[in-house]
Amino acid sequence: MVAAIKQPGWIRGALGALAAAAFGFGLVIALRAISDLPIYQTEQTGYPHVVVPLILAPLGFLAGFGCFDYWLRWAAGMPTIPDDHSQHGATSWKDYFRFNTDHKVIGIQYVVTTFFFFFIGGLMAMLIRAELAQPGTQIVDAATFNSLFSTHAVLMIFVFVIPVFAGLANYVLPLMIGAPDMAFPRLNALSFWMLPLAGLLFIGSFLAPGGAFDAGWTGYAPLSTGAPLGQSFFNLGVQFAGASSIATALNFLVTIITMRAPGMTFWRMPLLVWANLSTSLLVVAATPFIAGAQFMVLFDRVLGTHFFDFAGGGDVISYQHIFWFYSHPAVYIMMLPGFGIISEVISTHARKPIFGYRLMALALIGIVVLSYSVWAHHMFVAGMFSWLRVPMMLTTLLIAVPTGIKIFSWLGTLYFGKIHTYSTAMLFALAFIVTFTIGGISGVMLGMVPIDIHVSDTYFIVAHIHFVLFGGSVFTIFAGVYHWFPKMTGRMYDEKLGRVHFWGTLVGTWGTFIPMHWIGMDGMPRRVADYAEQFGNWNLLISCFAFMLGAAQLVFLYNMIVSWRFGPRAEGNPWRANSIEWQVSSPPPIFNFDEIPRVVGGPYEFGVPGAKHAIMAGEGAEVPEAEPSVVGTT
Amino acid sequence: MIGRLPIAKMFAATIALTVAISAVMVPINWNGEGASTAAPQIDDLLSVMIVLSSFVFSLVMVMLFYALWKFKAKPGDESDGEPIHGNTRLEVAWTVIPTIIVLFGGIYSWIVLNDIEAKANDAMTVDVFSQQYAWSFGYPGKDLAFSEGELHVPVDRQVQFKMHALDVIHSFWVPEWRIKKDNVPGITTTATVTPNKIGTYQLICTELCGFGHAAMRAKVVVESPEDFEKWVDGLKTEIPDPLLETIKQDTETDPVSLDAGGA
Repeated sequence: MVAAIKQPGWIRGALGALAAAAFGFGLVIALRAISDLPIYQTEQTGYPHVVVPLILAPLGFLAGFGCFDYWLRWAAGMPTIPDDHSQHGATSWKDYFRFNTDHKVIGIQYVVTTFFFFFIGGLMAMLIRAELAQPGTQIVDAATFNSLFSTHAVLMIFVFVIPVFAGLANYVLPLMIGAPDMAFPRLNALSFWMLPLAGLLFIGSFLAPGGAFDAGWTGYAPLSTGAPLGQSFFNLGVQFAGASSIATALNFLVTIITMRAPGMTFWRMPLLVWANLSTSLLVVAATPFIAGAQFMVLFDRVLGTHFFDFAGGGDVISYQHIFWFYSHPAVYIMMLPGFGIISEVISTHARKPIFGYRLMALALIGIVVLSYSVWAHHMFVAGMFSWLRVPMMLTTLLIAVPTGIKIFSWLGTLYFGKIHTYSTAMLFALAFIVTFTIGGISGVMLGMVPIDIHVSDTYFIVAHIHFVLFGGSVFTIFAGVYHWFPKMTGRMYDEKLGRVHFWGTLVGTWGTFIPMHWIGMDGMPRRVADYAEQFGNWNLLISCFAFMLGAAQLVFLYNMIVSWRFGPRAEGNPWRANSIEWQVSSPPPIFNFDEIPRVVGGPYEFGVPGAKHAIMAGEGAEVPEAEPSVVGTT
Repeated sequence: MIGRLPIAKMFAATIALTVAISAVMVPINWNGEGASTAAPQIDDLLSVMIVLSSFVFSLVMVMLFYALWKFKAKPGDESDGEPIHGNTRLEVAWTVIPTIIVLFGGIYSWIVLNDIEAKANDAMTVDVFSQQYAWSFGYPGKDLAFSEGELHVPVDRQVQFKMHALDVIHSFWVPEWRIKKDNVPGITTTATVTPNKIGTYQLICTELCGFGHAAMRAKVVVESPEDFEKWVDGLKTEIPDPLLETIKQDTETDPVSLDAGGA
């Protein structure tokens, strides 16, 4: 027992959380007592005796769990525990529940955790659609409905789409660039363990008096500053999710910039690496803005500041500016890594070099730069200075250009290739091109101020965001999970079930989200628990397709679990791909490479006689450095 | 490389598909009934965008399905495709042409925007007050000019709405007018509409404002100037003090710019 308390792990983690919560609670009580204040402040925006423990408990857990052990010992001048690599690799399922510094273990921890939240968020979506299947109120009341769509969005955005990409890249990216691990393995593990805490805070808000946060994932002030306690859970959860993504992004940046294998110049990096480089640039610069916005809301709520309190001299609209200054780039944080996945999948399965590789990389950078200059297109009807609308409209429309370049280049990659569609990953990649084109088109329409004035805050918006985030991001996530499943698990998944999942998802997505465009334009506002009779039939149809979409995800879940356990063993390179991660065994050796590979050419040299991307250990060291491949011209 | 593709046929298929999609989609009245001078302009912009979007969508579909039909690997074929790394002319084309299309859309939108927001000399001002979960309206220039839950305006005369929110953000939307604007606590926001069809419509709150959001509606009546005058004269209440306060305290979103001429 004593040993269990001394050893980092779940018991010490739980004790740490309890101790930290008790300390926070005691601190608040003591300070209020000596200040002659009522001990418990239970106005709905207050609850300091809950908010302070909520800040400290996750930190206490992380400390108890062992996330800071090495650093604290080192900082205190104590002998650090010699790095015997016992925190590397996983020999049983239990190792996935420990503080582990192996990027491959962390990658799987990320993907499994985020999919857990995906299914919770998905269940909420099913409840939402059940309530909306008919006009009137049947299943949940209006306040619960507001909590449901708010938590649905927050779980999907902050603890599914954004971090699942970090998880996939965590696993694949170091292998792709020929690195033995990420640059900062301990920071990497800490980043992961902050994530489930964020998710628990979001879900835990259902237990708060007044219910879960219900001001939408956007949490606009002053609705959020006056909302019940659950809103504080959201404010704090975002801090942990945000800190996790910032730390991971820094880790990716340093890893990509400093740990590429010899010969891997920037112009020889696979596009997935380019995509994560650009995403990380967005994350490190933009995420502090949402962290700041949520702290300001929290301070308005608990400390009585007046950032967004108009009666106290605050400015209501400034919340939206700060929020969207993060949250529009966040749209690209949720899309660029997916672009990278699609490039890998399409090139491999079409047996063709990426068409216009350099322009593809430059388009990513173009999106990064432009995405900082479009945020106010979310605010065309918000009552901001009206002159800001036209410049923001023009930048918004222009960002379609680099995105279009990517679509056309993927199509170009297919031409004169040998397209194989046996892999579910390729099916999702091809379907992504179609659905994302539709999402892009409705995005361009939304960018036009006169159209936006009519359809903003209607179901047209709901349709658009789901076409880009579900038909876009989530399709790329499925493509990525299927593509690297053999590498990550050492097993093959079932392609037949994969096809069932694919067609169910494709038809479900279109059936659910296409009609939403129509009812939105025709007058149905979004975020409503009830709606006019005239939209009844359409909503029933939408709900039916939504349930089908939900059911298809169960096929995916079954396929993943059963294949992971019982699937046939995977070879090192089942897709005959070129990039380095496929040149090692599946799953890869514990330290990735016996000897760091030497990169001698581009990553997509399919069909180029004698071309090679990398020379692995044991392969003829006498092979000379190949001529740099000519990229960008025929 | 391009020479080996049936470019003319692919282009013809794209145009045919564009025409087919547009022929189905353009005649549909997506936005519902229009009842303001802005409505036809916004609907026309939408129609133009539907045609342009159909073209882009058709182009992507034709390119995708031709490739899938023509370049699908035969079973058992393990060879690679041709090592084509790109084509500068094509890449320039699909950078420049979309830029022209979106800039055209942007400038067209800009013109429409300026047009629908142009101020008329005889415009009438109406104050809009929103609070959880009700709308009310004030008619300046009269002592007893307060209406709860029912907005009346004369037909064919421009109305400038001055919007005030008491608690949280609400949003003013009459779908038939195609006009929406948030009501924001602490500032006065404005919207310009010229209703041109007599009838009864619904004002819908489109910004999440709490549990009563879905039910926050008001009746909108557009009537002849005579009927309108009669209705306003029949109002019996003064604007309550808390609402009057908002008019005084609010700052204007678009103060007249320093170099005169107006924003």
